[in-house]
Amino acid sequence: MGSRVVVTGLGVVAPNGVGIPAFLAALKNGSSGVKYMPKYQELNFNCQVCGMPEFELSDLESYLSEVALYGLRGSTIGYAVKAAADAWLDAGNTLNNEELLWETGCVFGNSVADTEAMKRIIEFVDAKQARKLGSRIVEQLMNSGATAYISGLLGLGNRVITNSAACATGSQAVLMGYEYIKHGTTTRMVVGSNEYVDPYIFGAFDSMRILARKFNHAPQQASRPMSATAGGFVPGSGAGALVLEDLEFALSRNANIYAEVLGGETNSGGQRGGGTMTSPNPEGVVSCIKNALKNAGVEGKDIDLISGHLPATAADKMEIENWAASLNRYGDDFPLTNSVKSMIGHCLSAAGSIEIVALILQIMHKFVHPNINLEDPNPEIAKIVSLERLPTKCISKDIKIAAKANFGFGDVNTCLVFSKYEKNG
Amino acid sequence: MDRQVILNELKKVLVPYTLNKEALNNINEQTDLIKDLKINSANLVDIIIDAENQYHIEIDMDSAERISNVGNCIDVIIEKMGSPN
Repeated sequence: MGSRVVVTGLGVVAPNGVGIPAFLAALKNGSSGVKYMPKYQELNFNCQVCGMPEFELSDLESYLSEVALYGLRGSTIGYAVKAAADAWLDAGNTLNNEELLWETGCVFGNSVADTEAMKRIIEFVDAKQARKLGSRIVEQLMNSGATAYISGLLGLGNRVITNSAACATGSQAVLMGYEYIKHGTTTRMVVGSNEYVDPYIFGAFDSMRILARKFNHAPQQASRPMSATAGGFVPGSGAGALVLEDLEFALSRNANIYAEVLGGETNSGGQRGGGTMTSPNPEGVVSCIKNALKNAGVEGKDIDLISGHLPATAADKMEIENWAASLNRYGDDFPLTNSVKSMIGHCLSAAGSIEIVALILQIMHKFVHPNINLEDPNPEIAKIVSLERLPTKCISKDIKIAAKANFGFGDVNTCLVFSKYEKNG
Repeated sequence: MDRQVILNELKKVLVPYTLNKEALNNINEQTDLIKDLKINSANLVDIIIDAENQYHIEIDMDSAERISNVGNCIDVIIEKMGSPN
C-alpha cells in the first residue's frame, strides 16, 4: 500500500477522432462525431443518428500479424486492440516482442461481445452449416475476446480481467487497474473499455424510447447534455485505453507521466431509494462520489473540473444535483463541468474510458473542452449551478484535480479522482 | 487431378495461416503443417473448411484427423473428389 499510481499512456478510437492527436484537436474545437445513418431510417428507428468512429479492421495491419488479423471480423475487438496498442506504444513500449511481462496485467470491459460474430453464428447454425464456422469465431464471441487479444499482443502475465458494469464499465476498469497497482498486486496495468453499437444493440435501446429522436436532420446537434431540448442520448461506439503504472516503476524507466490517479470508488444504489434498473438511487451516487474523494484524500472544494456522465437525458438534472450535494458546492462555486458526450454521444461501456482519456488530455494540455449544443441550458439545472460553470467554449485552465463519474443500468456507479502529476504530491 | 496441381493450390489456401512465407514457398509433400509451417493446430479446421470450399467436397472428421502434412492433405482431397457425395 501507499504507492502512487500514474498515467503514462493513452489510446482512443472515438467517433470524433481516432488516435490521440485527432481526438485532442476535436475536443479543443468542439467537433462532433455524430452522423446520420440512412440505414437506421430504413430500419424504422426513432433515432437515426449515432457516433461511429472512422475505423477499418485493416487499420490493425501494423499491430496484429496477418494470421491473427485474418478471420477477425468484429469491430469491437478491433477498437479495443487499436486503443490498447496505441496506449502501450504511447507509454514508450514496443510491440511484437516475445517477452512475457509478469508484472503487467489488463482490465478491459464491454457490455456486449462481438455482435457481428454472434450474427454469423446464428446465420450458419440456422442454415445447418455450423461445421463451416471455423476455429476463429468463439474467441470473438467471448466477452473476454478483447482482453484475450490485448494480453496476447502485449504478452501480459499478471491479472487479465474482463469487467462489465453497463455504462460504468470503462471507469470501473480504470479503477480496478488502479487498485491492483495500489495494493501491490501488479506494477503496471493496461485498462480501458470497448463497445460497438451495431443495429441490433441500437434497436434494443431505440425501443426503450430513451434515444434522441428530434435531431435526425441535424446529427451534430443531436447530443445535447444539460440542454432544455435534451431528449435522450445518442449511442456511440469506440474504445479508450490507458496505461497505469506504479510511480517508482514509471520513474525507473523514464516514462512520460501524464497525470496521477488519486483514487476512486465503485458501488451500487441497490435499486432502492428511488434507484431502479435504469436510474440511479441518488444516495448511492452521492455515497460513491464522497467515498471517491475520501479515498483520493481530497475535499469537494479541491475539484477544478467535473467530467460528468451527463448523457443528455432527464437524469442530467439529477446528476448535477448529486454532484452539488456531494461536493457541497452550488451556483458560482460549482466546479467547471463538461460532458464529452455532447460531441460523441454515449459510447455505453466505452464511454468511461474514452471520457477519461479526454480528461487526462485536458489535465496535460491545460484546457477545458466545451459543452457543445448547450445554447439552451435546462432552466432546472441553472437553478442549481451558475451557467458560467458549464462552458460552451474551450477554456484555457490549469487543472490540478478533476473528478470523473459514470453511472450504469443496474444502478451501478463509479467515480474517479485524477490530478496533475506533481513530484512532491 | 495431378498431385502437383493440388499442392500449388494448397499453397495459396495456406497463405493466411502461416507467417513463415519462405517455408510455404518451398513446401513439398513431407512438409508438416504444424511443425514446419508453424500453423496453430486450432486453425487446421479453417484450412479444412477452405479446402472443402475450394474443391466442393466434404471432409469428415475421421478423414480430417489423418491430415498432418501436405501429402496426406492431398490424399484426402483426391479421395474425397473421387467419392460421390
